[in-house]
Amino acid sequence: MHPAPSLIFFSTLSGLGLGLLAFLGLGLAPTEGLTGLIFFALAFALTGAGLLSSTLHLGHPERALKAFTQWRTSWLSREAWVAVAALSVMGLYALLAMPGLRLAPLGWLGALLCLGTVGSTAMIYAQLKTVPRWHQPTTPLLFLGYAITAGALLSGRVSWTVVLLIVMAALQVLAWRRGDAALAKSGTTTGTATGLGGRGRVRLFEPPHTGGNYLTREMVFRVGRKHRVTLRTLVLILAFALPALLLLLPFSHWLAAIAVVSHVVGMLAQRWLFFAEAEHAVGLYYGQSAA
Amino acid sequence: MTALPETTERKLGLVIDLDTCVGCHACVTACKGWNTQNYGAPLGDDDAYGAAPSGAFLNRIHSFEVQPDEGAAQTVHFPKSCLHCDDAPCVTVCPTGASYKRVEDGIVLVNETDCIGCGLCAWACPYGAREMDPIEGVMKKCTLCVDRIYNEALPEEDRVPACVRTCPAGARHFGDLADPDSDVSQLVAARGGMDLMPEQETKPVNKYLPPRPRDEIDVLAPFLERVDEGPKGFLGWLDRALERL
Ligand code: SF4
Ligand code: SF4
Ligand code: SF4
Repeated sequence: MHPAPSLIFFSTLSGLGLGLLAFLGLGLAPTEGLTGLIFFALAFALTGAGLLSSTLHLGHPERALKAFTQWRTSWLSREAWVAVAALSVMGLYALLAMPGLRLAPLGWLGALLCLGTVGSTAMIYAQLKTVPRWHQPTTPLLFLGYAITAGALLSGRVSWTVVLLIVMAALQVLAWRRGDAALAKSGTTTGTATGLGGRGRVRLFEPPHTGGNYLTREMVFRVGRKHRVTLRTLVLILAFALPALLLLLPFSHWLAAIAVVSHVVGMLAQRWLFFAEAEHAVGLYYGQSAA
Repeated sequence: MTALPETTERKLGLVIDLDTCVGCHACVTACKGWNTQNYGAPLGDDDAYGAAPSGAFLNRIHSFEVQPDEGAAQTVHFPKSCLHCDDAPCVTVCPTGASYKRVEDGIVLVNETDCIGCGLCAWACPYGAREMDPIEGVMKKCTLCVDRIYNEALPEEDRVPACVRTCPAGARHFGDLADPDSDVSQLVAARGGMDLMPEQETKPVNKYLPPRPRDEIDVLAPFLERVDEGPKGFLGWLDRALERL
């Protein structure tokens, strides 16, 4: 799939913001006074920037309100509802908590809705049978795990963060391994795509047009093998190893800040790969093979 | 509504004959033409007269090569458009209700005034049957020429999809696949019509007729009596004389 910057920024930023909001809701980050204000402002800014960037890839953002109508079947519609609910509940919670009136149950509800938003975003991808690499239980687990890790990291819970980083590194490796085998396992091949597989080896002889089209630009994307190994290594180092190491050193705000930056850069690389590596079934009609 | 109907009264669709399609792209052009001038936003093109033109099409012809374990490879021209699936994943993912499947005839359509152009339905379709219009920013797909098939202003023979009407090889058939007695259903039964990517569980309405095996020579052929009698008279003498040389 095409790694669209708007989608990469959306899922990274909103994941960071919603993770932090969830920690604020659970009272695991400072919610009172000026510190509280700074934490809430950061969390809302990240989430807001993420949500705004997601509307950038729409053809008709002015009709976005219509996306609230089909929650019965559509994860995208559910995401819209849960996101609005999360921001409203957390907004109210923040207004009361900053002056010192922290309503714990309201915060729990807010935290649940924040994680629900992250989960719905993940389900938009995980529901797609057409992209076997995404159609896995690891997809929602990864999205939720990254958000919770970001929440712990941003709210300064050092020991939690270190444990989460280790667990997430393992989950990420597992997701890649399962993902690499997913297309072959799905049983979809050029043979089933054309119905001609029973007659011999099927290969694309001539594409419909000499140029590209919407489908090839949007869904047929290739990452070279070498590139993939480099980027995955980079993700493991930047998102997990380096932050964990920095946090294990005697605590300093500078080291923590570097850990945050490193984790965020690693997360951006992870999201780039999440899209770029994902093979869509339609690629089989355009000469991609189930490798 | 993006909830799919339990069943549809009819299942209008296409039966495409991979044995007879010659890959001429006439149906592509007819489709582009009709859908640029009729239902919905015109099918747009980016940089139509420039160096890198690229546009939205609802029907595209791919060509595949099939190499059997033994014998010669075969080229199969492969037209592809929306298969109007019974379990259409493109419909259920749509957040706005712009995508829907009609109860009366099973046609899958996009209400262009509701579409926000999020592109999720195109991701959900395994067949690449939906393309974003580069000019209008709304999703385009085959309408089965819903504005022709019921159009009483057209002569009766024109009340079929533009691609079917135009195909010079007779490789495209249109009809009701829910009715087992319809011409298309009988064709599917007789020729072993098949689904594309059945494992995706979309239950496509459109069916594809597999190519017939090519150049099968009977094993008894060398023992059959000759049908041509060979040249006679002067030509026969010349032939025999040359043979002896
Ligand atoms: S072919 Fe694709 S666009 Fe058409 S109904 Fe099936 S899933 Fe939807
Ligand atoms: S692009 Fe339009 S039709 Fe497709 S899912 Fe989005 S809103 Fe629905
Ligand atoms: S017009 Fe008929 S023969 Fe020509 S490409 Fe289309 S289906 Fe094939």
